[in-house]
Amino acid sequence: MNLIKFNFLRRKGNSEPVHPLLSKKFRLSEFLSEYIIKSVSFTSFAVIILIFVFVFREALPIFYKAEKPKAVQTQEQMETYGDDESQIQTTLPESSASTQTVKTESATFKNLAGTNWQPVSDEPKYGLWPLFAGSFKVTIIAVLFGAPIAILAALFTSVLASRRIKEIIKPTIELMAGFPSVVIGFFALVVIASVMQNMFGYQYRLNSFVGGIALSLAVIPIIYTVTDDALTSAPKHLMEASLALGATKWQTALFVILPAATPGIFAAVLLGVGRAFGETMIVLMATGNASLMSMNIFEPVRTMSATIGAEMAEVVFGDTHYNVLFLIGSILFIFTFALNAVAEFYVRNKLIKRFNGA
Amino acid sequence: MRRNILGAGVYALTALSAIIIVFVTLYVLISIFLSGSSVLSWEFITGYPREGMTQGGIFPAIVGTVLLVFVMTIAGVPVGVITAVYLSEYANKSAVFTKLIRFAVNTLAGVPSIVFGLFGLGFFVQFIGAGMDHVSQDAGVIKWGQPGLLWASFTMALLTLPVVIVSVEEALRAVPAELREASFALGATKWETVWKIVLPNSISGIMTGVILAIGRGAGEVAPILFTGAAYFLPHLPNSLSDQFMNLGYHVYIMSTQSTDVEATKGIQYATVTVLLAVTFLLNFSAVLLRYKLRIKAI
Repeated sequence: MNLIKFNFLRRKGNSEPVHPLLSKKFRLSEFLSEYIIKSVSFTSFAVIILIFVFVFREALPIFYKAEKPKAVQTQEQMETYGDDESQIQTTLPESSASTQTVKTESATFKNLAGTNWQPVSDEPKYGLWPLFAGSFKVTIIAVLFGAPIAILAALFTSVLASRRIKEIIKPTIELMAGFPSVVIGFFALVVIASVMQNMFGYQYRLNSFVGGIALSLAVIPIIYTVTDDALTSAPKHLMEASLALGATKWQTALFVILPAATPGIFAAVLLGVGRAFGETMIVLMATGNASLMSMNIFEPVRTMSATIGAEMAEVVFGDTHYNVLFLIGSILFIFTFALNAVAEFYVRNKLIKRFNGA
Repeated sequence: MRRNILGAGVYALTALSAIIIVFVTLYVLISIFLSGSSVLSWEFITGYPREGMTQGGIFPAIVGTVLLVFVMTIAGVPVGVITAVYLSEYANKSAVFTKLIRFAVNTLAGVPSIVFGLFGLGFFVQFIGAGMDHVSQDAGVIKWGQPGLLWASFTMALLTLPVVIVSVEEALRAVPAELREASFALGATKWETVWKIVLPNSISGIMTGVILAIGRGAGEVAPILFTGAAYFLPHLPNSLSDQFMNLGYHVYIMSTQSTDVEATKGIQYATVTVLLAVTFLLNFSAVLLRYKLRIKAI
């Protein structure tokens, strides 16, 4: 910390030696502790790299498997995967040469770009479009519901509300952030689904609308917290200047503080989108999980995350289906990674520029 | 005049949003607690599931969750605390390495939990576990190369790592600089200062981080779906390579895959109540601790 002040002495020491009392003594224990701490803190970065490598590694076989459609080769491959006997037994009975050929051929780009997701059938179809569409549909519904409520509530607590009201609302939202997603999913399945069906009278009890509403419960705390941060970190002098010019409190909130914090709010929404897109248990329990492609929000959907959650337990290790599920996971990872990166760099730079007036 | 109406409108709209959030949160809590408390009993908490999980209790699920969280804490918290110490005490703010770590922590916080599950399966189970089986003495026996408690805990530890890092770092930064300076002035080295001054003075903040992580780990289901959680086990796990039952997973199974969803409604509500009570208590104590910490910092 403050020892940094003496750095100039050390740098000078290269040309002319410093007085021995002023130079830093080398201590082995200090050196070791610092480097051990440094290397342990490298873990989080290493984990990111490992996630990249290992989720992709399991997805990769799709791309080269598809190029060798010969039945003989697939049989050989199946044997290398089936090291333990139970797996051989589960794969062998159905692995007549012809179906195996179909299975390996089936994960071409053409198949992946199809509009049917039927992984368990004689001729499996791994079309990813319905899953993409499902994820986006539910995410959009969740954010459209959650973002306005969260942003307005943040505006209320950070600028307009009195201190006492703030002290009630903030802990409540922290409480909401602490709801396990499986609890929200359960609540959606048991309560929200019935209430909504009675209210709107649609056909399917579980659908993308119910899933989206439930998901907004998970998204609101995130958007609220980040927005609240952005609003409270807006420079005080902006607010004071506005009030001094005779603007009322709400005018200041709406026309001065809110615009100043837009990049932060944008980041909040992006993070909310990322959370909604990757959330698994809520959509798994509340959206009905039918891989349909339709614009109707009252029809069931199957999202990417829910597909992994529902099907991974039943696939054979090393199967094409298994690899495709890992491919979906990789896509999820890349998507949320990109969202976070944008929220992090773009928005932060913009905020810094804006608040420093550069 | 028009201004006043508009002002009242803005005020009402924002207040309404806040009220909606508070109302929904309380409604979820109260409705679940009310429906669950009628079924909840001592036998339910200490009993095993019976009759194909349509009756009986959730004892194995509670034990499984506690074990999961316990191993997770041992594995994850030291790494998190050390990373936080590095970021707050040692790191040069503008160095590339520091920025890299910070970016990694933020990214890790945003990775979907299901991707952690896939990673746990691909890395811990299929790579490390299967590798351990491969080199172990009794060849052919699959012990570690299958989903189990240890791998699920490790996966959960990675998931909760950012939670620990962020709150511990906040706690370390709340330790006044004067304390460090006084320590340096007395001739203490950096490590001595960190170990004897900074860490003891931020112990409540570190506890907050640990509690938050435990609350998160107790409630998450997606990462353990295929790294170790089991539908039903007649006995408790007695080794780190065993599968285990889990409260959240139990809720998911009972409410979606149970043979008779309607008949087990009571059990479902009671299980959710237990899960919610556990996470609620953990989060609540974390909030209290943090509140105290902030008061102290001011």
